Amino acid sequence: MLLWKITRHLLGIVGIVLLGGLISATLVRLAPGFDTDEHQLDPSLSAESVRAMQAARAGEHNVLRYYARYLRGVLHGDLGVSHSLDQPVRTLIHDRWPVTLKVAGVGLVLGWLIATALALAMSLPRVASFEIFGTAVSGAFLCIPAAVLALLSVIWNSPGYLAIALIVFPKIYRYTRNLLAKAYAMPHITAARARGLREARILFWHVLPPAAPQMIALAGITVSIALGASIPVESLCGLPGIGQLAWQAALSRDLPLLVNLTALVTLVTLLANSGADVIVHMVRSREA
Amino acid sequence: MNAARKLACVVVLAVCAASLAAPWLAPSGYAKQFREDPGSPPSRSHWLGTDEIGRDRFARVLYGTRISLLLAPAAALISTLLAAMVGGLAGYLGGIWLRVATGLTDLFLSLPWLFLLITVRAVLPLNVSPVLSVLITFLILGLLGWAASARVLCTSAQSLRTSDFIVQARASGLHGSRLFFVHVLPNLKPVLYAQFWISIPVFILSEANLGILGLGVAEPLPSWGSLLRELEGLVSFRGEPWRLVSLLLLIVVMTSFQTLLSKEEVAA
Repeated sequence: MLLWKITRHLLGIVGIVLLGGLISATLVRLAPGFDTDEHQLDPSLSAESVRAMQAARAGEHNVLRYYARYLRGVLHGDLGVSHSLDQPVRTLIHDRWPVTLKVAGVGLVLGWLIATALALAMSLPRVASFEIFGTAVSGAFLCIPAAVLALLSVIWNSPGYLAIALIVFPKIYRYTRNLLAKAYAMPHITAARARGLREARILFWHVLPPAAPQMIALAGITVSIALGASIPVESLCGLPGIGQLAWQAALSRDLPLLVNLTALVTLVTLLANSGADVIVHMVRSREA
Repeated sequence: MNAARKLACVVVLAVCAASLAAPWLAPSGYAKQFREDPGSPPSRSHWLGTDEIGRDRFARVLYGTRISLLLAPAAALISTLLAAMVGGLAGYLGGIWLRVATGLTDLFLSLPWLFLLITVRAVLPLNVSPVLSVLITFLILGLLGWAASARVLCTSAQSLRTSDFIVQARASGLHGSRLFFVHVLPNLKPVLYAQFWISIPVFILSEANLGILGLGVAEPLPSWGSLLRELEGLVSFRGEPWRLVSLLLLIVVMTSFQTLLSKEEVAA
């Protein structure tokens, strides 16, 4: 059953990535200026060289052929060459990916820590002023664009992962807070309190277990939020990661590079969501 | 309506009214340069001072607010209509349509929002006129932001499809588009309204992010995104707090939107 679920998820991921790739290839092909190549304007090139360059691009005119060629390249580990940086896309991703993993990863962990700590603190004492404080703080961060938080991080000279943590924290906090509030409102919690059970025991035995599946699912979704936030954070904080690369590619309309990066990030997001889904399935089947 | 929602409503209406009255409140316009006065502090002639190239900041904030507050609802309208077409119809029709719509929605939702936005924005020309850049930016937001709403509408339409009154309408001989437009769509209205209102702050924030990254509205037209870009040159807040007015205004308006969108509406 579990194996079938994992296989179905993987097939779904492959299907979505292939469909997404085809849409991206169509977008790239239809983009204004696709047929033009600035290098062809170089006066030092001979007519033969220009013709060779035109012939090389001729194969890209048909979308399906262009996509098939791209897929063949991907299977052989060739993701193409970045037009703007004149480097293989594979090398660029290989060099930049660790930075994003570190910044987004640490930011995500920190965001989760802040959000769950605050949500727990707000849930336990059930004091109205605490509740207002939590709602106000998370609400304020929800109202600030991710790029502004990145700029503030530059102004205050704070690390990039802190900006990512502050971007993901309000979303996690709001959801976790509601989950915990619902769990604490259950009649068996009131009964447990009446019988004199300690708060820690109530939390770990009766509140967190029913909330766990939804929190795991949320963890998958927050990977996507953190990766999305890496664009403004890395671009504005000067961190050489995938987000900054995507931004540079967008500004220079380096579409092959941008499409590869989007496909990669989509794949990671899908894997995170599917991983969370499989874990939830495992937790639920163990409970059953 | 409680006091907080009333206050939020007043704030949003006041900001909208002020931005619509921009030509009267700031007759100098958003593009006029006061070359003798670049980067000046607030004064009687320039209430919020001037920017680096001598343009009146108060006028730019008013005009920028107008663009963001008028076009974000327009983009939200486009995305809600698309969501109704994709999600509502697929949920109502079921079968293969539902599977195709679910796959398409999954595809859009699996792409991180900012990555999707900058990819599609980069596909289109970047060196365009300011007016065209505004249209492109908000059109992209409207055309790409439908997926989350479509999923909600799809679920609502699915539950409507099997509801008693629809079954009875079918049994009475009502089918196809008439059944959809007369009985299903009117019952989806509350969800449609909720999705429309939820989309507006999302699009305002997205435009702001795109603007700060230099992929939004082109100069000299102001928008909240391009106004916030001014923060890039800021070293500390102590010297020039008036440069934060656009950020404060954005936070106030977004907070008001959040207050207006009660839990019940979001849940709908």
